[in-house]
Amino acid sequence: MSDPVMKPLMGDASKAISPWRDLWWRFCEDRVALFAFGVVVLLVLMALFAPLISPQNPYDLSGLSLRDARRPPGFVGSGGYTHLLGTDAQGRDLLSAILYGLRVSLQIGITAGAVALVIGTSIGIAAAYARGFVETILMRIVDLQLSFPPILLALVLVALLGQGQAQLVTALVAAQYAYFARTAFGAASAERSKDYVEAAAATPLSARRIVFRHILPNAMPALIVVATVQIAYAIALEATLSFLGLGLPVTEPSLGMLISNGVKYMMSGRTWISVYPGIMLIILIVAINMVGDHLRDILNPRLDK
Amino acid sequence: MSAPILEVSDLKTHFFTRAGVVKAVDGVSFSVGAGEIVGLVGESGSGKSVTGFSLMGLVDPPGRIVSGSVKLDGEELIGLSWNQFRALRGSRIAMVFQDPMATLNPVLTIGTQMRLAISAHDKTSNRAADARAAEVLTRVGIPEAQSRLGAYPHEFSGGMRQRVAIAIALLHGSQVLIADEPTTALDVSIQAQILTEMRDLAAETGTALVWISHDLATVSTLASRLLVMYAGRIVEQGPVATVLRDPRHPYTAGLLRSLPATAKPGQDLFQIPGTTPSLLDPPPGCPFRPRCQHASEMCVTDPALEMSGNRGLRCFHPLRETVNA
Amino acid sequence: MSGFIIQRLLQAIVVMAVMSVIVFAGIYSIGNPLEILIPPEATQDVRERTIARFGLDRPVVEQYFYYIRNLLQGDLGRSYIYNEPVLHLISGRLPATIELVLVSVLGALFIGVPLGMLAGYRPDALSSRIIMAVSILGFSVPTFWVGLILILTFAVELGWLPSGGRGDTAELFGTSWSFLTLNGWSHLVLPAINLALFKLAIMIRLARAGTREVMLGDTVKFARAAGLSEWTIMTRHVLKLISIPIVTVFGLELGSTLAFAVVTETIFSWPGVGKLIIDSIKNLDRPVMMAYLMLTAGLFVTINLVVDLVYALLDPRLRRGGAA
Repeated sequence: MSDPVMKPLMGDASKAISPWRDLWWRFCEDRVALFAFGVVVLLVLMALFAPLISPQNPYDLSGLSLRDARRPPGFVGSGGYTHLLGTDAQGRDLLSAILYGLRVSLQIGITAGAVALVIGTSIGIAAAYARGFVETILMRIVDLQLSFPPILLALVLVALLGQGQAQLVTALVAAQYAYFARTAFGAASAERSKDYVEAAAATPLSARRIVFRHILPNAMPALIVVATVQIAYAIALEATLSFLGLGLPVTEPSLGMLISNGVKYMMSGRTWISVYPGIMLIILIVAINMVGDHLRDILNPRLDK
Repeated sequence: MSAPILEVSDLKTHFFTRAGVVKAVDGVSFSVGAGEIVGLVGESGSGKSVTGFSLMGLVDPPGRIVSGSVKLDGEELIGLSWNQFRALRGSRIAMVFQDPMATLNPVLTIGTQMRLAISAHDKTSNRAADARAAEVLTRVGIPEAQSRLGAYPHEFSGGMRQRVAIAIALLHGSQVLIADEPTTALDVSIQAQILTEMRDLAAETGTALVWISHDLATVSTLASRLLVMYAGRIVEQGPVATVLRDPRHPYTAGLLRSLPATAKPGQDLFQIPGTTPSLLDPPPGCPFRPRCQHASEMCVTDPALEMSGNRGLRCFHPLRETVNA
Repeated sequence: MSGFIIQRLLQAIVVMAVMSVIVFAGIYSIGNPLEILIPPEATQDVRERTIARFGLDRPVVEQYFYYIRNLLQGDLGRSYIYNEPVLHLISGRLPATIELVLVSVLGALFIGVPLGMLAGYRPDALSSRIIMAVSILGFSVPTFWVGLILILTFAVELGWLPSGGRGDTAELFGTSWSFLTLNGWSHLVLPAINLALFKLAIMIRLARAGTREVMLGDTVKFARAAGLSEWTIMTRHVLKLISIPIVTVFGLELGSTLAFAVVTETIFSWPGVGKLIIDSIKNLDRPVMMAYLMLTAGLFVTINLVVDLVYALLDPRLRRGGAA
């Protein structure tokens, strides 16, 4: 509620609400975004409790029977229960595989996003605070990296480092930290040049204090938006890599891997093996992006009405 | 006075926001004669800019003109369709804004911008348009106008830019020009220049000028009549000299007292106690009541605009004594 | 202005040099090419000859300079897998990729920007919301998934379009292009849509954000006050103003599109450079990887340079010092 025409007209009324409350209210105004947020929460819970709620443990190779393989949804398997979404090429219950896959996908996406956030923000803020030579060097590297498409970088790194969760996360982080760095740098620079920070920097007040109490909180809104979008992107990237056969090893299939496994059966009509994991993936990514989108809209000071 | 070129009656523009209804303009009435210069003064938050926008039909959502009438040379503007109004904007009624760096498009040459403004109402060839543009630019005081058509806004100084904006506004010889704080963003030395130039230009072209500003001092050198706005209403109006010498409304008196020019050396500057009211769901009654020394129970009801001769007042307790100059 | 160009060119060369070192060092450390080049049961003699022939026993730095020297002469080495000169391999497949990328990117620009402007003009209208919803899908859904669905729907279920491969080609400037034939188009459509979707979504969102911001500003208000029609305002004022960020992002995303072509080409069996690189990564075909990455880096640097130049062209404030 702050625009040059309206604010002076509203006087003191515009200051009465706490910023977090205000943020939540404004977030809730868009019912669609709110719904998306609910979906995200639901999916996260599903992933967390996957071992508890999935009918079958897809990693338990002993429980699988090839006779159950590639069965359509509704098929009653040798384990005695109904495969709600059918089975895949190894005879795994697809619903269980999807739940576990969701877990893996989320795990990787959030880890990569979180690590990239920490690393990127540190670099960005350090560069903004230190200024001078350090700033130039750091930001040149970041800029160089930003102009390189993440997928290419991730591809090469995965080829270099081999397969595995840790390696994949490293590749994703390397591909994404630059966005965080740039955003943090932008916000931190703007704040850094403000008079009160200059003054504080001249005093013996520790740099850490200045950063944490002043610079960081001002960078938060932009960083939150970037984090949301980047997590969605990390999930999509991981899925793409797995699909191409360069992601995780076959034993811990993420949603991308599941889709990839099912492609060869798509042409012959057994589409569910690819389609259902795909739908889950889409719902996840789209929901996260919708939330991030709405956050960006409400945190953008220039579009406030 | 001959028939007024602009007649505003009980204009109300409200903004319908999530927090409530903001009554930015709540019953404004005044008229402007042909070629007259009228000053609309008020603090920020008084609704003066919104009044200007309302006259042009440029109120953005969530705002809307709720009721009232605006007559341009007898023609009613409220209720016109967008296209009908558009035909009038820039040709019969025009507006300039505060910051010319923001109003002029930085990536287009001023020649292009003027051509666009010309072709909005007249179909002419590019050459004819350029010639006309150069002529108006010279009129507003831009040297070597013809060669400057290919220049970009950032190549001009602040004062020159505003002159370009004024030129664009006067391209079609509008009958009314609304100027919303046109000199506020300029250097003080340029301000005076532009002020006089605009006054002379208005006289030359016979254009009526509605000068919106918070700066009482500058407006009074220019305008022949003063309209004092507070909280969405005009609380006092009348000839400049009379209002300044003998303000009737407590707010006007307070404004005059708080001018640095009227302060006695060594004394603290006077401030009207209290703050500008929020126009969000305003309480009933006179909006100045919380800050007024003369307020009484009567003031809980809204005072109506009372005209006496050429002066107007919205107050139950008008001042009788003159302010010490 | 020319000083600006020279400065950027020098920067570009430096970047290329740095990239070549990094890429070479990286690729050099993967795998053991011997395993690819010769069968495991080869004799010691064959081993030694192969090593000598490919210069694998020389120190890294020397191998690097050897490579650069060859590179500057136009020799990109021979593929370990295909046993063909890499330059030949790449140039044979390059037209297919260029064609695909150009069609996608131009489509994304000329459809995305107007749609975005429409959405930005009336942000609360139903049409805008629909456009934005579609754009979220376009940019969230992974390219490979869209490709699969497209094939499933149009090729398998409806049978309207072929599911892969490149169509008939015709000659132009000495190379074969498939956009010159109707059959070629039928093969081009699906992969182009697939590839374009992401960029389309970005163009829409960018155009919308820019339009919204400009619409709230004083330039539009003043233009309206002068009586300009909404159409004129959108096409003459707003478009020019938003074109700067759009061009910048367009250029940057061009690289991303090239990279994603890799995925699209794999799914649609499009015989371009992308498929080549995936295979070479999987098979650790060093010369091809090296060449592809150098090519990409070179392309990037060129794109960035062009974007900078166009930027200067579009924003007159950057051209000279600018008066007070």
